[in-house]
Amino acid sequence: MEITVLLFASVAEKAGTRKLTMPSEPGDTVERVRDRLLGRFPELASSVPTLLYALNEEYAKEWEPVPPGSTLALIPPVSGG
Amino acid sequence: MLIRVTESELQPDEAIAAVQTPASGAVNLFLGVVRDNNLGRSVGYLEYDAYPAMAERVMREIAEEAKAQFGLEDCAVLHRTGRLEIGETSLLVAVASGHRAESFEAGHWLVNQIKKRVPVWKKEVWDNGEAWVEGPESLGLQQAPATMREG
Repeated sequence: MEITVLLFASVAEKAGTRKLTMPSEPGDTVERVRDRLLGRFPELASSVPTLLYALNEEYAKEWEPVPPGSTLALIPPVSGG
Repeated sequence: MLIRVTESELQPDEAIAAVQTPASGAVNLFLGVVRDNNLGRSVGYLEYDAYPAMAERVMREIAEEAKAQFGLEDCAVLHRTGRLEIGETSLLVAVASGHRAESFEAGHWLVNQIKKRVPVWKKEVWDNGEAWVEGPESLGLQQAPATMREG
């Protein structure tokens, strides 16, 4: 099973992609998936201090587990309105 | 409860009709519109990105909270995405309530919550460049060390 990762706005531009899949690993948390993603896209490191995360369309903390089949979104500071 | 993220033009009449009930004595309509300047710089146009499914989910949560907290008849929240020109409407919030005070208060509260929580982003495009805006009220910036929130 895989994890789907969604990227938006500044983060999508830095990575050069809006959507990708990664293999799921036992014990995956938001933080662990994020760190594997940083290995693949080191240019995202500068975004991390202000990033929020969403798991299956709901805000999630870094320690929350990421089950196989989940969709994890990286949410840079929002600016709607 | 009308909740929508769309690339199409936002229609105030549609939102007003959606929220108004026979028990409504007030309908408050807020339009967020694209301004030709920001922080002293001339803005050519804005490009909005969104996580539409989650944005609609969070907009609905905020609207439900407002309805309960302010005792509203109903409310509507619509956000437009894609390229928006100066003067176009990017955000529409309509609030219907029995009396005027709660319609004003709820409208203000709704817009503030939207700017904190809804996964929508705007990019400013100038004559000589562009940049994604990081909302000063966004939860993401609020969690960051104070030194990163300046400017």
